[in-house]
Amino acid sequence: MLIRTGTEIQSSEITPRETYVNRRAFMAAAAAAGIAAAAGERAMRLAEPRGVEAAEKLALVRSPLSLTGDTPTPYEDITHYNNFYEFGVDKGDPARNAGTLKTRPWTVQVEGLVKQKKTFDIDTLLKLKPMEERVYRFRCVEAWSMVIPWAGYSLSEFINACEPLPSAKFIEFISLADGKQEKLPYEAGISWPYQEGLRMDEAMHPLTLLTFGLYGEVLPNQDGAPVRVVVPWKYGFKSAKSIVKVKFVKSQPATTWNDMSPQEYGFYSNVNPTVDHPRWSQKTERRIGFPIFRQRQPTLMFNGYSDQVASLYAGMDLKKNY
Amino acid sequence: MSRRWIIALKVVAHAACLGPVIWLLWRLYLSVTTDPGALGPDPTHTVTFFTGRGTLRLLVITLAVTPVRRLSPKLSWLVRFRRMLGLYAFFYACLHLLTYLWLYAGWSWAAIVDDISRRRFIVAGVAAWLMLVPLALTSTAWSIRKLGGKNWNRLHWLTYAAAISGVVHYWWGVKSGVKTPLAITVVLAVLLAARPVLAARQRSGHNARQAA
Repeated sequence: MLIRTGTEIQSSEITPRETYVNRRAFMAAAAAAGIAAAAGERAMRLAEPRGVEAAEKLALVRSPLSLTGDTPTPYEDITHYNNFYEFGVDKGDPARNAGTLKTRPWTVQVEGLVKQKKTFDIDTLLKLKPMEERVYRFRCVEAWSMVIPWAGYSLSEFINACEPLPSAKFIEFISLADGKQEKLPYEAGISWPYQEGLRMDEAMHPLTLLTFGLYGEVLPNQDGAPVRVVVPWKYGFKSAKSIVKVKFVKSQPATTWNDMSPQEYGFYSNVNPTVDHPRWSQKTERRIGFPIFRQRQPTLMFNGYSDQVASLYAGMDLKKNY
Repeated sequence: MSRRWIIALKVVAHAACLGPVIWLLWRLYLSVTTDPGALGPDPTHTVTFFTGRGTLRLLVITLAVTPVRRLSPKLSWLVRFRRMLGLYAFFYACLHLLTYLWLYAGWSWAAIVDDISRRRFIVAGVAAWLMLVPLALTSTAWSIRKLGGKNWNRLHWLTYAAAISGVVHYWWGVKSGVKTPLAITVVLAVLLAARPVLAARQRSGHNARQAA
């Protein structure tokens, strides 16, 4: 397997907080212009607290697996424009509603094909391995994209600590489903809990990140706190958030979106510009936080991680196994 | 309703229809000059939904004119706003189509053909726009005279078909779980149902007067 070693990410390349805190001034203007009816849902977001100033800092080491060319998307956009259906189907909902999520105490149960069942406390997981900064491309199946400075360590480190049996061929992630802390909206059509899965070799790939932080701070609730996975060469929904259980299994597990709409969302869901979503093209994407006439970018095979991951799928028909 | 009131209300209506477009253009200007966040995190998406929702809202308001007017003879002046509202609906529809052609299809004929041949929500949207074209073209007094009131009325029933096609386009375009098109769908359904009810009421009123 070929792992590209790029130059280290300079901290100066990360957008400083001062430049991204004022991004939502436009909603204020919308309300002031008196056309709140037209811009209704956006104006609503004016009143909510930012609630991220006090976020806990993480000690990070730099990773050669980080991107170096792309400027990360502003923190404000990463934390206020994302999908986390447990808190509502609108992309503003997670930031609005995730304040009720309690990330302590938090444990991750490990079961299935392992030497013995285990339960990891979140504070144990935070200290399991040195935390790295990984700047990755993020491509949503809805054809928008970001560049995100995540913090975490390779999922393989955690998997090794789980001691799976050789018979384990797939890994399943189960997200928190608690009606007391989350909205779990009925209209989303999802049967909770949210479930995702990876083939073992995908999960063991060094790029696959067990993620605890963002922009050098612990994850804000709305981005999947306190622990999630990030699989940068797959569409975003493959990267399960707020994980409470990990299961090692023999055969391909059921996954939420694939169950709901198999013709739209495959189990693999590798970013692939040659396989369109039935309702839109995947050839291009809209970069979040970019000016309108520069937003449209070509989508790259495996989201630009071909050199590292294409070998995982050698001989597979990616049009069938989308 | 006096002439002066009508003029005043027309000014208000023009401002209400143009205001959002001026706001959008202002934010667009800011977003490419001083404030990249002026149109939100995903400006293309913002403009798409702004113009699309604006079209449907104006179409439904246009369709509401006749039923609301029938509620009372005192409201008959409302009809003087119908053409203007309908033309603004078409204007918003054109902006929405322009957004698609420019920011999604990138003026590529191949991309447009590909979309139309494979995506039903695009077909529904294009169909709605195409239906609005003859309505906008025949919005002049000359056209009404030329076509005759009856034919003109018949042709303009297409407004309903365009609105239905537009709402279908909206439902097919959003991802599953999103229920934002529901409100406009309910309003349109009420307006569709109101037509025969109001017509029946008017007939029975007419019959009652004849019997008396």
